[in-house]
Amino acid sequence: MHRLFQFKGGVVLKEHKKDSTALPVQPAKLPPTLTLPLKQHIGVAAEPVVAVGDEVLKGQLIARAGDTLSAPLHAPSSGAVIAIADQPIPHPSGLSAPCIVIETDGEERWRPRQRSVFNFAELSAQELREIIRDAGIVGLGGAGFPAAVKLDPRGHEVELLILNGAECEPYITCDEMLLREHALEVLAGLLMMRHALNAQRCIIAVENNKPKAFRALHEEIQNTGANVELVEVPTIYPTGSEKQLIQVLTGKEVPTGGLPIDIGMVCHNVGTAYAVYRAVEFDEPLISRYVTVAGSVAHARNLKVLFGTPLGNLIEECGGNRRTLRRVIVGGPMMGTAMHSDTVPVVKTTNCVLVESVMHDVPLPSRDEYAMPCIRCGNCAHACPVNLLPQQLYWYARARDFDKIQDYNLFDCIECGCCDYVCPSQIPLVGYYRYAKSEIWNQDAEKRQADLARERHQFREFRLEREKKERAERHKKKRSAVSKAGGDDKKAAIEAAMARVRAKKAEQDSAPKNTDNLTPAQQRQVDEADRRRREENPATSPRDNKAENTQDRPQ
Amino acid sequence: MLSALLALGALGILFGLLLGYAAIRYKVEGDPLVEEIDAVLPQTQCGQCGYPGCRPYAEAIARGEADINRCPPGGETVIIALADLLGRDPKPLDEECGEEKPKMVAYIHEEQCIGCTLCIQACPVDAILGAPKQMHTIIESECTGCELCVEPCPVDCIEMIPVKQGLDTWKWPAPPPPPYERPADDDDTAPQPAGAH
Repeated sequence: MHRLFQFKGGVVLKEHKKDSTALPVQPAKLPPTLTLPLKQHIGVAAEPVVAVGDEVLKGQLIARAGDTLSAPLHAPSSGAVIAIADQPIPHPSGLSAPCIVIETDGEERWRPRQRSVFNFAELSAQELREIIRDAGIVGLGGAGFPAAVKLDPRGHEVELLILNGAECEPYITCDEMLLREHALEVLAGLLMMRHALNAQRCIIAVENNKPKAFRALHEEIQNTGANVELVEVPTIYPTGSEKQLIQVLTGKEVPTGGLPIDIGMVCHNVGTAYAVYRAVEFDEPLISRYVTVAGSVAHARNLKVLFGTPLGNLIEECGGNRRTLRRVIVGGPMMGTAMHSDTVPVVKTTNCVLVESVMHDVPLPSRDEYAMPCIRCGNCAHACPVNLLPQQLYWYARARDFDKIQDYNLFDCIECGCCDYVCPSQIPLVGYYRYAKSEIWNQDAEKRQADLARERHQFREFRLEREKKERAERHKKKRSAVSKAGGDDKKAAIEAAMARVRAKKAEQDSAPKNTDNLTPAQQRQVDEADRRRREENPATSPRDNKAENTQDRPQ
Repeated sequence: MLSALLALGALGILFGLLLGYAAIRYKVEGDPLVEEIDAVLPQTQCGQCGYPGCRPYAEAIARGEADINRCPPGGETVIIALADLLGRDPKPLDEECGEEKPKMVAYIHEEQCIGCTLCIQACPVDAILGAPKQMHTIIESECTGCELCVEPCPVDCIEMIPVKQGLDTWKWPAPPPPPYERPADDDDTAPQPAGAH
C-alpha cells in the first residue's frame, strides 16, 4: 500500500459526476466548419502552411510550430481551407485571434499514415519526443504546455513520473471516461512517456470516487504486468492540481516559482498519455479529445470532439437549448471561465463545457452580485491549499498595492477557488487575484517599454550631441585652413584655384564633343558651322570671354 | 591636561581624515532622487509637462520647481506613484498640460509621405525610419505615442491611432464593487460576472 500524505487546506465538494458518466462516449457530429486558433497552447502561435482555398486531408499539417516553445496544428477533418483570419476564441476576454477555418466535406479522408512502429522501445528518447512534438501534443489537463518539452528531462534525473487521473473538479468526467474505455492505451502511452523521460518509477493517481476507472486500470496493469503503481487518492479538491498531487503522493513540496522537475518529478495528464499512444502507434496527430458536456442539458455526457467544433453544436447535441443560455463555462465550476459566445470552438485544452441556463436549474455559484463585507473569519486561509493568506491578498488587490501583494506571494496562487468557495461573505476573491496578476504583468510590460524608450532617447541625445561636435570640428578645420594661408598667400591660393578651373574649362571647351565616328557628310557640316562662327565673332572665342569676365569680378 | 588635548586633537584629525576619505570614496554621482523620479515617469518624452523630456521634468520636480501633476501620459498612476515617492498629497492632473488618453501609436499614411524627414528630426526616440525623398515609416514597437511628429509634418500624413487591444495586453477586469458599496438604486445595472465564480 502506497503511503499517502495530505496537503493543507482544500475543500470537499459535491461531485455532480454521475450524470455525465451514464452514457458511453460517442463522437460528436461533424460540424460544417471547424475553426482552429493558431495558438491553443502555451508559447508562440503556430504558423500556417496552407493557403485559403487549399484542400486538406484529415490529419494533415496545417500550421507548423513557431520558433521557440510552440506546437503544430493538424486538420481535424478533410475539407477546404476557407479562411485564415481573426475569429473569436475561447478566452475570457472574448477577443479574436488568428484562426484557420476549414469547411468540412464530410468524407473524413485521412492523409496517408506511414509510420508503423512495432516496438517503441527501439526508438531513442529523442525520436520519441520528435514524434510527440510533430503530432502537436500538448498537456490536455488544461494548461496546454507542449508535451514534448515536458518530456525532455534536460539533464535532470527523473525519479518519478506521475500520471494524473485525479480529475478533482466537479462535473468534469472526460478523464474518467477515457480511463474506463481506454485504460490499456493510456497505460501504453505512460510507458512511452517513461521511455522518453527515462523515469525510475511511475505512478498513476486516480481519485477514489472513480472506482470503475480504477478497476479498469488495475485489470490492465495485472494483465500486462507493467511495472506501474496505481494509487487511489482521497477526493479532496484540488488534488488534481499538479503540485498538490505531488504533495499527496510524495509529501514533497515544489518550491516557490519552481517546477516539479526541480525535485525530480514530472506530471502528465491521462489524456496526454492516450494522445502519445495514438501518435506513436498509429501516426495519428492530436485532432480530437474527450469533452464533458454538463449542466443545463438534457443528456449530460462525454463526446469525442474534433478541435474547432463550436461549443453551441455540442450543447445542442446533448439536448441543451441555445436560446436560454445564461452562461457557457469552459472548464469546471471552480476554475473555468465564462465565454462571451457559444460559437467559440473547442481547442486542445477544453476539457468541459458547463452550461447554465436562465432557469438556474444547475447549482452553480455566481457570487459577485451577493458579495458582503469581509468579516475576517479566516476560513479562506484554512482552505488555501498553498498556504497563502487570501484575506491579505484581497485587501492589497482592492487597494491596488501591487508591490505588497507580491510580498504575500500572489504568484503562488493556483486560482483553485477554494477561498472563494468557503467565503461566507461570497467575495469573488479569485477575481481579485486574477485582476492583480494581470495588472502586474501589464505594469512590468510597460516598465520594459519605458526603459527601452529611455534608452533610445538617451542615445538620440548622445547622437545629436556627437553630430553637433563633429560639425563644429569640421567648420573649425576649414576655417583654420583658410586663415592659415592669410594675406597674399590667400590671394595666391585663390589665383591658383582660378587657374585650375580655367585650365579645366579650356580643356572641356576646346575639345569638340561627339565627334567620333562621323560620316563625311556630318564632318562637312561641322566644319561649315565652325567656319561660320569664327567669321561672325572673330575676337571672342568663348574661352577668352570667360577669362576676362573672371578678371573683372571684384575680389 | 596636555595629553587629553593631544588625544582629542589626534582623534579629531583622525576622524576628519576618515570623513574626508569617505566623502571621496562613496561620492554619489548626481541626484539619486532624480533617478527615482525618472524611473516612475512613462518616458514618452512628449514634453507636455513643459520640459524637453522626462528627465528634465524629473530634475525640475527634484529641485521643487515643477509640480507632480504635469504628466498626462502617466496619468493618475504616475501622480500617485510620485506622491508616494515624495511624500506629497496626490492631486488631479494639471489641465493645461493635456488630458489622460488611451495609449496611442503614430501611423504614417505612406502614400502621402513626401520624404521630408521633418518627423524623423522630431521623434524623441528615433522610432521613425526613412531618408530624404524616401517614404518614412513608424517602428511601431518603439513608438511612445508622444505626438511630436504630427505637428511638423507638412502634408499631415501622420495620424495617431489607439493601440489595438490584443490578447497579450488584455487584463482581467477588477471585480465590480460589492453591492453594499454601490448606490442603493442601480440594481438593474448589475454587471455580468466575468468568471465562473
